[in-house]
Amino acid sequence: MLLINCPYCGPRPEAEFVNGGQAHIARPADPMSLTDDEWAAYLYMRDNTKGLHHERWRHANGCGRFFNASRDTTTDIIKRTYRMGERPEAEHQGAKP
Amino acid sequence: MQKFSALSLLRAGLTGHAGWQRQWRSPEPKPTYDVIIVGGGGHGLATAYYLASRYGVKNIAILEKGWIGGGNTGRNTTIIRSNYLFDESAGIYEHALKLWEGLSQELNYNVMYSPRGVLMLAHNIHDVQSFKRHVHANRLNGIDNEWLSPAECKEFCPPLNVGGSMRYPILGGALQRRGGTARHDAVAWGYARAADALGVDIIENCEVTGIRRAPTGEVVGVDTTRGSINAKRIGVVAAGSTSTVMNMAGVRLPLESFPLQALVSEPVKPIFPCVVMSNTIHAYISQSDKGEMVIGAGTDVYTSYTQRGGLHIVNHTLDAICELVPAFRRLRMLRNWGGIVDVTPDRSPIVAKTPVSGLYVNCGWGTGGFKATPGSGEVFASTIAKDEPNKINAPFTIERFRDGAVIDEAAAAAVAH
Repeated sequence: MLLINCPYCGPRPEAEFVNGGQAHIARPADPMSLTDDEWAAYLYMRDNTKGLHHERWRHANGCGRFFNASRDTTTDIIKRTYRMGERPEAEHQGAKP
Repeated sequence: MQKFSALSLLRAGLTGHAGWQRQWRSPEPKPTYDVIIVGGGGHGLATAYYLASRYGVKNIAILEKGWIGGGNTGRNTTIIRSNYLFDESAGIYEHALKLWEGLSQELNYNVMYSPRGVLMLAHNIHDVQSFKRHVHANRLNGIDNEWLSPAECKEFCPPLNVGGSMRYPILGGALQRRGGTARHDAVAWGYARAADALGVDIIENCEVTGIRRAPTGEVVGVDTTRGSINAKRIGVVAAGSTSTVMNMAGVRLPLESFPLQALVSEPVKPIFPCVVMSNTIHAYISQSDKGEMVIGAGTDVYTSYTQRGGLHIVNHTLDAICELVPAFRRLRMLRNWGGIVDVTPDRSPIVAKTPVSGLYVNCGWGTGGFKATPGSGEVFASTIAKDEPNKINAPFTIERFRDGAVIDEAAAAAVAH
């Protein structure tokens, strides 16, 4: 079980959280202008990164807030958690803000 | 190839078992092949076997980064069934089940297919309605599946706690009698041996590090840890590593990779006569021929490539099994492990051509790929040989997500399956 550092509440066990999938996927501002391929890419295509991965978590059984985590998917070590609206750190290559 | 039979076994037994040969070669990679299969699991080995045996392709290599059958093929809980809701799924899984029924004879290798019955338990009204719908849908597709009352469940599988004080009591079950198990390692070895006999080169410890493409876009070969190899057709069958491999050709897929866990108990005398699945309380259990209880747990909630998972996931499954079969509360668990499964948004596989000419992909089998091994390999071989999908795998494209033609077994099963 992961120990996840909620930016609002501090470190808590994984069981208190739900995972929200890949982070920093912005909903297209004007969906009607997109092709079917672009819309499908927004809905379904994911990086599935092997290495440093940015993902959303929600502290469902805590403060209830969403935040982001940068986790290495080859070790499951969480390098950093950060609040919504912030960007992954610059040294974290592979970040796609 | 050394032919196996009762007579050859007897003869070997009388001569001190000294005459057994290697069952497949360990060749050096050739510079060029007609077809390269990336991934030496059950699906990849089956693909190569059917390419050589049914579709007349002779110059084939299987490239495996570790050892054959060392990924999810050797890590799953070996459940075989075909009672899926939608016509497309029924088509591909039933195609596989029909091949399972004759596989040991076809390969001349005992894969220990055991149609002992798969019983899926219902624990609430929704389950009852959903499973009865499955039973009817399956029958319309010519697939056996029948509804059992709680008393009939108890009769079919006596260790079950029926009528006890369970939090989610057993309200009935859907039974597919042709479902069951097979020996996972034997499936990999049987296909490897049969493919090798047809001239397929099985190249282990050979990780693909790049996919080479011509200026006009089509594939021309791969770079590997054992050098570059040319091929005009490449089939990727890499399960949890599919995204990584396909990225090398610039193809993005609707996949996420999750750890899925399984575990086995200490071996005990025969007690559990069938496979029992319970989606609602999340328990999957059968007994191996060695006597171990083979138990499937769930996936972690986050993507990962670690081939291990959280202990609380395993705990959750054991809680459910202790409720289902109180006699197992004193069983000790021997070991647990994880495999990386590639999951699509609709929980149905992708067996298809890709936007890159000459590049084919067979992936997205998620948490239930073992049962499909022969059928998956057969239709993928057909797709590669003819450069177009056959009618069984035609619905399982990448484009179905764009076109809204998803095959939503995720919603049909309400959980991973």
